[in-house]
Amino acid sequence: MELKQTAMAGTMESSDIMVTIEPKSEGGIELELTSSVMQQFGRRIEEVIRETLQGLGVENAAVNAVDKGALDCTVRARVSAAALRAAGQEEYPWEVGQ
Amino acid sequence: MMDEKYLQSIPHIDEIAHRGVFSGVPEKITDTFQNRSREKNKLLPSLEDAIQATGLRDGMTISFHHHFRGGDHVINKVVDALARMGFKNLTLAASSLAAVHAPLVEHIKNGVITHIETSGLRGELAEQVSRGLMDCPVVFRSHGGRAAAIRSGELHIDVAFLGAPSCDPYGNANGYSREEGGTLACGSMGYARTDAKYADQVVILTNRLVQYPNAPWAIPEYDVDYIVVEEDIGDPKGIMSGATRYTKNPKELLIAQTAANVIDAAGYLYDGFSMQMGSGGASLATARFIRQMMLDKSIRCRFALGGITGQITAMHEEGLIDRVLDVQSFDLDAAHSLKHNRFHHQIGATYYASFLSAAAVDQLDFVVLSALEIDTDFNVNVLTGSDGVIRGAIGGHPDTAAGASLSVVVAPLTRGRIPCVIDKVNTVVTPGEVVDVVVTDQGVAVNPRRPEVAERLRKAGIHVYTIEQLKEKAEALVGVPDPIRYLDRVVGVVMYRNNTIIDVIHQIDES
Amino acid sequence: MEKRYVKDRLRRSMMFVPGNNPGMIADSRIYGADSIMFDLEDSVAYTEKDAARLLVYNALKTLDFGKKEIVVRINDLASGLGVKDLEAIVPAGVHVVRLPKTDSAQDVIDCEREIVRIEEKHGIPVGSTGMMAAIESANGVLNAREIAHASDRLIGIALGAEDYVTDLKTTRADGIELLFARSMILNAARSAGIAALDTVYSDVNNEEGFLAEVELIRKLGFDGKSVINPRQIGSLHRAFIPSEKDLQKAYAIMDAIAEANARGSGVASLKGKMIDRPVVIRAQRLIALAEADSAAEEE
Repeated sequence: MELKQTAMAGTMESSDIMVTIEPKSEGGIELELTSSVMQQFGRRIEEVIRETLQGLGVENAAVNAVDKGALDCTVRARVSAAALRAAGQEEYPWEVGQ
Repeated sequence: MMDEKYLQSIPHIDEIAHRGVFSGVPEKITDTFQNRSREKNKLLPSLEDAIQATGLRDGMTISFHHHFRGGDHVINKVVDALARMGFKNLTLAASSLAAVHAPLVEHIKNGVITHIETSGLRGELAEQVSRGLMDCPVVFRSHGGRAAAIRSGELHIDVAFLGAPSCDPYGNANGYSREEGGTLACGSMGYARTDAKYADQVVILTNRLVQYPNAPWAIPEYDVDYIVVEEDIGDPKGIMSGATRYTKNPKELLIAQTAANVIDAAGYLYDGFSMQMGSGGASLATARFIRQMMLDKSIRCRFALGGITGQITAMHEEGLIDRVLDVQSFDLDAAHSLKHNRFHHQIGATYYASFLSAAAVDQLDFVVLSALEIDTDFNVNVLTGSDGVIRGAIGGHPDTAAGASLSVVVAPLTRGRIPCVIDKVNTVVTPGEVVDVVVTDQGVAVNPRRPEVAERLRKAGIHVYTIEQLKEKAEALVGVPDPIRYLDRVVGVVMYRNNTIIDVIHQIDES
Repeated sequence: MEKRYVKDRLRRSMMFVPGNNPGMIADSRIYGADSIMFDLEDSVAYTEKDAARLLVYNALKTLDFGKKEIVVRINDLASGLGVKDLEAIVPAGVHVVRLPKTDSAQDVIDCEREIVRIEEKHGIPVGSTGMMAAIESANGVLNAREIAHASDRLIGIALGAEDYVTDLKTTRADGIELLFARSMILNAARSAGIAALDTVYSDVNNEEGFLAEVELIRKLGFDGKSVINPRQIGSLHRAFIPSEKDLQKAYAIMDAIAEANARGSGVASLKGKMIDRPVVIRAQRLIALAEADSAAEEE
């Protein structure tokens, strides 16, 4: 997925995460994460952000995430929404759930 | 006339009289009572004068109450004065401390305060203590434990500085006054009573000097040494608001409804029962559902105990609660009721919860208590947050849990992403041995020590989970959190109500 | 074929949950609603439609909602958003798609065609996904019967009152304004053998008004009602629970039937009165409702 512009998704509400993605030409994923549950879940949130971007084929980007206790599914949703917006794209590889 | 010789002829006279023969009276005062109370009283012109008069020295222990909560100006004002006067190395023993006491951080850094005893810490002071501000660990006691420690001498108070919204020239002080007017009220001053009784020296700081006798009083004049009038001892808005409102949060209401159902099913909602409600959203809301059940069953409550809210006093005024025993008033409605209702009584901390006395908590049928964390051994933490930082107060948690026939702990299963039912609480405040039922928004667990309660709940159609099942439900939703990292250094020592050490709090590791 | 939905089940309450609110989505299962409806339509701002769709998609794939019926209200197809919503939620495993603003049978057919296409694309057995239609206009009410019969997938039809009263040039009042629509929708649903679901009661602080409306729709014959605040669920369910007296009577009727069958007699009687067939059917429904309620509580 090719990113064209800086885009944002999510809110600062409790249980949400606000994700900003900025296109980069190189350097992989630069992640800046702050979280209200950093000690307990910081590692896990970072993992989910990186997995989600990898799944979408985003290789280089500066990502800023402000987490307010979002669950994994919310992190995935917000990262995906921000990435799609940054790419100016609507198609998404919807998959069958379990 | 009696002489010594004659006296000695009376059998057993040395055993029944010790002060010899009457030798006349001092000169009688003939001034009017009003003039007398203006001129011969315990008033001193300034706080500094009072501090000097008490004979306070470096290394001594000073005490305060927390009836002014977030609106308290007494502690900061007194410690500022002590710092100006050059005192060092003092122990500050407050019944509790709030976020408003952040300025103490500076007085700890400059050596004025070197040790703290309290029920809880919040805000900047709590943050700093958790990060290793103090060399000597803070001692955390329950309200009952503190009262016991003061009486036994484990916590010896040299000078108590007690803010009072009304006081007469001889020291009869109270959290309200039956006189008209007044801008400040805190209702009950139950926790301050213990300090006044046992401290060597007692200074009352009041913003409102009223005529003798300021009856009824929380603190009697014979426990008071000096009085200082200070215009500003607290912010009314921070002390209490009009009425503690019932929560509208649907999750808290769900928990409250379930807690009320549990109490009923367990058999403790009968005509003549006794109860205490915590002040958290869900525990407070439980009162509302209890009220409806009482109306439906046409039963009454013999007494409600503890921190008292407008919800409880409304039920009292409705005739649903016969007696109110009030150690701390949480809102203006409660304070108003204490002033006007003759069966709404003010009680002290010792009477409320000390294990050294036959305390009121021992007569409780049930108590509903909040929690930050509960573990699979039913231990409860109300002191440290999920990040390991101190952010709460023990209050009467272990006292009431131990005293009540049924202790019900209410909490959401998760707060945001943080699970509240976990393997091991960060800090044990109330031991699982005295916790009977845990009520969450996603299910109820009963301590295996109470199989008969579990059985009664099942019969009433309430599904009973194991505490492990609740923990697993939480983990299925939020995942398993990484443990909090601590350093070896101990920043707090937590006492059970009998003043044995139940746990310690470590400095958090932020590396 | 295993369907994701159950046509005949307890549907006293269908709780609206805004589709772009992660906290409310995570908590939605705890309030005891029979069905949970995640909304991608009116509660989501136009600029957040994409984010809400991704959020509901990920929630459906990940979170455990127990035995709850999971409904998603999509945007109408004419807006161009409805099909995008379906592309996400059908593979994610929605039980029932709620189609808003249904004016005609053709709306249902058009939506079903898209669902079939998406099911086929993902190798999901065609027919797995349920549907329900919300009727929100005078046209829709007049076409209620055709709408109710438009697809085998329909589990029910619902009234959406806010748009409807606007269309009628009136406003929400004591219920008289909805009398015709409710009667039409109820009869249409029954003629198709599906559920009839009432509109929301939006004044959450008016408990008395809410209970009066619940009593009205229960008497009319509705299966249940949409709710916007979890606080309404408890009293709604209680209103639908048969009284102990009615329940005992129903059990007595069923006992009498069983006894007559055992005797080989086709005629059963209770206290000297012959039991008619409608009486038996009502008794069976009453017992089923009570049992479904206690099963729902157990969950």
